Amino acid sequence: MQLDAKIPDGPIAEKWDRHRREMKLVNPANKRKFKVIIVGTGLAGASAAASMAELGYDVEAFTFHDSPRRAHSIAAQGGINAAKNYPNDGDSIWRLFYDTVKGGDFRAREANVHRLAQVSNNIIDQCVAQGVPFAREYGGLLANRSFGGAQVSRTFYARGQTGQQLLLGAYQALSRQIHLGKVTMRTREEMLDVVVSDGRARGIVTRNLVTGEVVSRAADAVVLATGGYSNVFFLSTNAKACNVTATYRAYKRGAGFANPCFTQIHPTGIPPSGDHVSKTTLMSESLRNDGRVWTPTKAGDTRPANQIPEADRDYYLERRYPSFGNLVPRDVASRAAKERCDAGHGVGPGGRGVFLDFRDAIQRVGRDAVAARYGNLFDMYHHITDSNPYETPMVIYPAPHYTMGGLWVDYNLMSSIPGLHVIGEANFSDHGSNRLGASALMQGLADGYFVLPYTIGDFLARAGNSGVAADAACFTEVEAEVNARTATLLAVNGKRSPDSFHAELGRLMWDKCGMSRTREGLEEALRRIPEIRAAFWSDVSIPGSGADLNQTLEKAGRVADFLEFAELMCRDALDREESCGGHFREEYKTEEGEALRRDDDFCFGSVWEYQGDDAPPALNKEHFTFEHVPLSTRSYK
Amino acid sequence: MRFKLHVWRQSGPNAKGAMEAHDVDGITPEMSFLEMIDLLNEKLLADGKEPIAFEHDCREGICGACSMVIDGVPHSPERAVTTCQVHMRSFQDGDDIHVEPFRAKAFPVLKDLVVDRDAFDRIIQAGGYVSVNTGGTPDANEIQIPKVAAESAMDAAACIGCGACVAACPNASAMLFTAAKIAHLGQLPQGQVERGARARAMVEQMDAEGFGNCTNHYECMDACPKEIHVEWIARMNRDYLKASLTAKD
Ligand SMILES: Cc1cc2nc3c(=O)[nH]c(=O)nc-3n(C[C@H](O)[C@H](O)[C@H](O)COP(=O)(O)OP(=O)(O)OC[C@H]3O[C@@H](n4cnc5c(N)ncnc54)[C@H](O)[C@@H]3O)c2cc1C
Ligand code: FES
Repeated sequence: MQLDAKIPDGPIAEKWDRHRREMKLVNPANKRKFKVIIVGTGLAGASAAASMAELGYDVEAFTFHDSPRRAHSIAAQGGINAAKNYPNDGDSIWRLFYDTVKGGDFRAREANVHRLAQVSNNIIDQCVAQGVPFAREYGGLLANRSFGGAQVSRTFYARGQTGQQLLLGAYQALSRQIHLGKVTMRTREEMLDVVVSDGRARGIVTRNLVTGEVVSRAADAVVLATGGYSNVFFLSTNAKACNVTATYRAYKRGAGFANPCFTQIHPTGIPPSGDHVSKTTLMSESLRNDGRVWTPTKAGDTRPANQIPEADRDYYLERRYPSFGNLVPRDVASRAAKERCDAGHGVGPGGRGVFLDFRDAIQRVGRDAVAARYGNLFDMYHHITDSNPYETPMVIYPAPHYTMGGLWVDYNLMSSIPGLHVIGEANFSDHGSNRLGASALMQGLADGYFVLPYTIGDFLARAGNSGVAADAACFTEVEAEVNARTATLLAVNGKRSPDSFHAELGRLMWDKCGMSRTREGLEEALRRIPEIRAAFWSDVSIPGSGADLNQTLEKAGRVADFLEFAELMCRDALDREESCGGHFREEYKTEEGEALRRDDDFCFGSVWEYQGDDAPPALNKEHFTFEHVPLSTRSYK
Repeated sequence: MRFKLHVWRQSGPNAKGAMEAHDVDGITPEMSFLEMIDLLNEKLLADGKEPIAFEHDCREGICGACSMVIDGVPHSPERAVTTCQVHMRSFQDGDDIHVEPFRAKAFPVLKDLVVDRDAFDRIIQAGGYVSVNTGGTPDANEIQIPKVAAESAMDAAACIGCGACVAACPNASAMLFTAAKIAHLGQLPQGQVERGARARAMVEQMDAEGFGNCTNHYECMDACPKEIHVEWIARMNRDYLKASLTAKD
C-alpha cells in the first residue's frame, strides 16, 4: 500500500491557503455532471452534503436513520472549540493547534491539525449565520467556557445541547438543498458495501431497511461520514445504532484502517447498575470544573459517602496531579479511576465507581449557582440513578466514548482507495491517540463545511467521471455477495440473539482491550474472538425474512462486522508496544505509573491493509514528524 | 417485578394489526422501559418468534427516535420524558401496561411500534432554515443578539422532532412542531429576512401532509418531552397571517 499523505509544501500556516490556490477547479457548468454519494448525515455528512450541493454537485445522501436529524451527533452536550479568542485570554490558531497536537500525545499529522485550527473560526461564523442559538453574554455577544482542561475559554455551547443545535443547523442546510432538488436524500437505507474497480471507488451497495431491497448506487466519488465504533465494547456512550460496518467493509475492499486501537474512554459515565443495562449515559465533562473526584482512603470502606469524614477521603486526582487536579485530560482521569478501583477503593455496584462530589462547590457558590450551571445534568443523573447529587456525591466510572482510529486519509481526506473520501469520526482524524473535549464537533464540521468541498473538487477535476454504471459487473458481483451474506445469516436458525453475542464480545474487549492492555490479555482476546465469531455463525437467531423491516437482521449484520473488526483492534494494540493517549500498555509505563511513549520506535500511524480472511493484515506506517510542536512528555503534575 | 404487557403488533404497513399480550417477569425497578422491552424481545427470540419492532437510538432523551404510547399517553403519563427515559420504578408490580405506536394519518405504521415520520422532514424542507450557503458569512460577533432572545429561541429550538405532539392531539395536528421551528428562527435577527415566507411555506406543507388543525386542547404541550410551549402556536399564526396578507402572489 502506497501511503502518500500529500502534505502541501511551505510554512505550516500557509499550507492550506497555498493548497487551495493550487487545486484544480471543476467548471461550474460541469459540477452537476459529477455525482457524489455521501454515506452518513451526522454533522460531518450533513454539512458536506449541503455544502457540495450548494456548489452544484449532484449529491445523493444516505442514512440508516429515519431522518438525518437522528444521527448520533445529536447527543453531544458540552460544546465546540474555536480559536476566536473572543474572551481575550490569549487564544490563537497556533495555541489551538499546539494543544490539539500535544493533547493527542503526538500521534497526529501536524499539517491537518493546523488546518483544523484555522477553519475552526469559520465554523462558528457559519453556524451563527444559520441561526444556531449559541449561549450569549448580556451584551449580546457570544459566550465561551473552558472545557476539558483547556487553559483558555474557547468552547462555544448551546446549553447542554450543542450537538443537537449544530446538527439541526446542518440538517436544515441539507433540507434546503433537498427542497431545491440538489440532494437526493435516502433515509432508512444502509450501506452494506463499497464497490471498487480498476483502482477507484465506483459506488456502493445498499439495503432499503423497509422493503429489504438491495440496490447498487454508482457515483463519481464516494464519501463515508459514518461515525465511530465505540460500540465494539457493547456498552458505550454512543447511540445504540453506531457501528463499524461502513468503514470495515471499505477496509475489506482495500482502504487502509489506521490506529484502530486508539479509543477514548471518557472518565465520567454513569456505571451500569446491572446486566440489563443497554448503554452508558455520559455525564458531561464540564462537571469536573466544580466537582471533586475521590474514593475512600481505606480499601473496602462501604460507609455512605456522607458519613466518610474528610480525613478518610482520598482526592486522588488532586493528590497525583496538583497542577491540573480534577481537570486532567480524559485518558489520565480514566486510568486513575481504574487504578483506584483495581486497588479496592472503588464504590458503587461491584466496586467499579468513584465519587464526583459537589459538596464543596455548593458551600462555596451556593446551591442555586450550582443548579444554574449543571441543573439539567443533575436532573438527568437523578432520573437515571434515583439518587440526588445535590445531597450525595455522584458515582461515576469511565466508559467508551469516542474512537480516534478510523480509515486512513491523506491531507485531502481521501482514503487509500482513490475516490473514496472519509470525514468526521470515521476517519483516523486529527486527534492522535487522545481527543480533547469539544474538538470532535469542530473536526466533523471542518471536514464537511470547509475542507472536503474543496478537496473533492480537485479529485474530480483530475480524475473525471467514473463512467461505470450501476449495472456493471463490478456492481452485480458485490450485490450478489451482499445478498448471499444476508441469506447465510437468515439460514443459521440458531438460538441466541445478536445482542447476546455483542454483549459477550463487548465484555471481552472491555476487559482485554479497554482502559489498559497487556500482551497476555490481547493474545487471549485474539484467541477468544474467533471462538465467539464461530458461535455467532452457528447459533445466531434471526426470525423473519430479509424482505421487510427486520431489526434483528440489521443488528446481526453489524455484530458480524464487529466480530471481525475487534480482532484488528487487538492486533493493533498488541503491535503498538508503547503507551500513548488512550492506548495504555501495562508493560510500558513510568515508575509513577504514567504512560510511557516510545517515540523512537512508534512515532507513526499504523495503517492496516486487508489481505483476505485467512491471512493476517499487513502493517503499513505513516511516520509523523513534529517540526512545530516539539515532542515532549505530557505532564499534568 | 412482573407485568402484563399489551403491545400493538402489525407485521407491515398494509397488514392489519392487533394487541398482543405478554407476561414479563424478572424486571427490576432500575430498568428502563426500553430495557424491559429488550428483555421481552430476548425471550421472543429464544422462542424463535419475531421481536417487537420499535425505534430507539440515543436512549437518553435527545434523538427523538423512541415513540411509544404508554397507557394512552405518548412517551408515558410521566411529564417531560421520552419513552427511553421512563423507568420501571414508575410502575406498580403486577400492572397491566398498554403500548401502542404514535398514531396519526400522517404517521403511517411501518411495523409494530415503528411509524413513518418523514412528514416532519418535509415540513422543515419547505422552509425551516435560514438560506445561507457555506462560506462568506460575517464574523459571528458582528451579529449581536440579546441574551433573552437567544435563550427564548433556544427554548423553541429544543424540539427533538419525536412527534409526541401529533400523537397526543385529538386532531393529529403538527402545529407545535411547526411553530417551534418558526419561533426558533423568527426570534433571531438571522431569521428575519425570510420570516414571512418561512411561516407560509411550512404551514402550507403541514396542511398538505394531512395533519389536523389546532382546536386548543393543549395536549401537545403536556405530552412534549421538552416542554415546548403552546404560545409559539399563536406566534406562528400571527406570522402566517401577516405573511398571507402581504404576499405578492
Ligand atoms: C454522549 C456524547 C457526547 C459528546 N459530546 C461532545 C462534545 O461536547 N463536543 C464534541 O466535540 N464532541 C462530542 N462528542 C463526540 C461527537 O458527538 C461525535 O464524534 C460526532 O458527533 C460524530 O459525528 P459524525 O458526523 O462523524 O458521525 P455521526 O453523528 O455518528 O453520524 C453517522 C451517520 O452515518 C450514518 N451511517 C453509519 N453507518 C451507515 C451505513 N452503513 N449506511 C448508511 N448510513 C450509515 C448514520 O445514520 C448517521 O447519519 C460526544 C459524543 C457522545 C457519545
Ligand atoms: S432513544 Fe433517543 S430520545 Fe429516546
